[in-house]
Amino acid sequence: MPRVPDALEPRAQAAPARPAGARPPVEDFARRLVAGERFALARAITWVESGDRAGAELMRLVYPHTGRAWVVGLTGAPGTGKSTLLAKLAARFAALGRSVGVVAVDPSSPVTGGALLGDRIRWTPPETGDVFFRSLASRGRLGGLSSAAFDAVRLMDAAGREVVIVETVGAGQGEVDVARLAHTTVVALAPGTGDEVQAAKAGIMEIGDLFVVTKADRPGADECVRDVRLQLGLSPEARGRREGFGRAQGPAGEEPTWFPPVVKVSARTGEGLDRLVRLLAEHRAYLEASGRFGRRAALDDVLRMEDEFRRLAFERARRAAERAGAWAEAVERLGRREIDPATAARLAWSGTEPFPQAGSAAGVEGADGRAEGPK
Amino acid sequence: MDAKAEDAPAMAGEARPIRVVVAKPGLDSHDRGAKVLARALRDAGMEVIYTGLHRTPEEIVRAAVDEDADVVCLSLLSGAHPVLVPKIVRLLREAGLTETVVMLGGTIPDDDVPAMRAAGVAAVFGPGSDLSEIVRAVREHVARARAGAAGA
Ligand code: B12
Ligand SMILES: Nc1nc2c(ncn2[C@@H]2O[C@H](COP(=O)(O)OP(=O)(O)OP(=O)(O)O)[C@@H](O)[C@H]2O)c(=O)[nH]1
Ligand SMILES: [Mg+2]
Repeated sequence: MPRVPDALEPRAQAAPARPAGARPPVEDFARRLVAGERFALARAITWVESGDRAGAELMRLVYPHTGRAWVVGLTGAPGTGKSTLLAKLAARFAALGRSVGVVAVDPSSPVTGGALLGDRIRWTPPETGDVFFRSLASRGRLGGLSSAAFDAVRLMDAAGREVVIVETVGAGQGEVDVARLAHTTVVALAPGTGDEVQAAKAGIMEIGDLFVVTKADRPGADECVRDVRLQLGLSPEARGRREGFGRAQGPAGEEPTWFPPVVKVSARTGEGLDRLVRLLAEHRAYLEASGRFGRRAALDDVLRMEDEFRRLAFERARRAAERAGAWAEAVERLGRREIDPATAARLAWSGTEPFPQAGSAAGVEGADGRAEGPK
Repeated sequence: MDAKAEDAPAMAGEARPIRVVVAKPGLDSHDRGAKVLARALRDAGMEVIYTGLHRTPEEIVRAAVDEDADVVCLSLLSGAHPVLVPKIVRLLREAGLTETVVMLGGTIPDDDVPAMRAAGVAAVFGPGSDLSEIVRAVREHVARARAGAAGA
């Protein structure tokens, strides 16, 4: 096996950098988190979210306990009723005896870094069962999911939350990210808003496993359902398939199929909720039957690994280019408009050769230090 | 919102954004103050979780735990603070949130302030309080609580 560079290995000795006695040992915390202790989970998310070294260590310790949770993503335009629906869904799952986690993501202000996290306004803890509800700010990931949202989901998973629901505003990158993270992606559309057309434009129709037309107590819900069906293309009947979980003859015999259902729901009257919960369970069954349940999480893990690898590679290459002076030269010539950005990047890149040897102590230290603050 | 220079985010000194739960306990529907406060804290670079109206002490404590709040801001204009506030502080401490700062605002008569402070409230701000004053107090109390947690 190739040697793993130090940067990727946990280093217990690195801890003394912070004040002694500040916290209980990370191992202890990890144990409490895996045992499902609420406070440990809450604090763990904070650590991981703030890029704390203890957070990274904790994630390493608890990761073997992840991979069990069913992650349901809920996305849609602002104000479509996602939080209201989420409250109902979480209560249903909790009533069925499931341990539920909620991650509600709202954007940070790009100017002040502050955020108003308002999804809790629609939240009332259910009478029965146990739901852990965490609001997260996107912190710099404009319109998308913060890396902290991915981590929070994994931590909830490790803490034994069987169903984790992630709410994110469908604006730009958010819904694509949530589809990547979730096993089951629910797209919420409100009647009378032209959402279905917007959704088609934004490419949302491809990512939804289920489509919910919200506020069914309002006029226009049936039209909205019809329009969404149209946007989805050929009806399942026309394709000789069943909406939801079906089976079809494939090259390797009978195979599980899924055709995204469209459900009309009113969180206010409760109409359609039973059907939605049933269809969600159906999707879960489909995921299991098709082997996608495990694959989805594994795929996301590899993507996360790629993200981190990209970051490490960038930091190392940039430092090499800086040392060689190529970075500054490229920036300067770019500033004089002598060269274009792509040529400047190539010029800077030429300074990275020879690339520093893998595992060289200096390279690894620097990569670590640089990782602390966004540039 | 008038974003003054001194209200600009002090992110450099703060390792991570301050997380605030703004809560309206009890049967009190005066939410203007809570909303104004929430916006001011957000504009000062904090992450503000607003609970909405009519929250029970248990719900507020649950929110503070799950959200890992640095500060819980209670806004009361109903006159119910003598009952609700001490109960919320007690439940917070029982839940293990020993460092969480509790701040109070709304219509709190001056005569009640000592009792509120004795119950564990860090600061009380009444009608007409200057928002940048409140922001500064939140930052100070959180800095102290975080330093305390690190040094303990
Ligand atoms: C506007 C108002 C209303 C509006 C509320 C609209 C809304 N959505 O908020 C309406 C008309 C609906 C209303 C209704 C009632 N009201 Co009224 N209302 C007021 C009034 C005139 C102003 C409140 C206000 O919005 N101020 C503006 C905001 C920005 O100020 P603020 O909330 O005080 O917040 C500031 C500070 O206090 C501080 N702050 C607030 N919270 C917090 C929290 C923290 C942690 C911090 C640090 C700071 C902080 O920051 C803010 C900025 O400085 C007050 C009078 C007064 N002097 O306060 C009466 C008042 C609050 N109402 C009163 C009463 C009695 C009622 C009613 C019962 C009347 C009735 N008989 O029907 C109902 C009850 C409604 C209910 N279910 O709760 C009484 C309360 C008496 C008491 N405390 O025992 C008051 C004091 C009037 C009085 N002098 O009698 N009311
Ligand atoms: N009539 C009706 N109104 C609803 C229903 N569900 C939600 N609403 C209302 O729609 C508004 C927005 O609801 P939220 O649940 O906050 O919507 P959201 O999609 O979470 O909003 P953001 O998180 O801000 O994007 C609120 O005023 C709700 O009361 C419903 O089933 N019927
Ligand atoms: Mg919402």
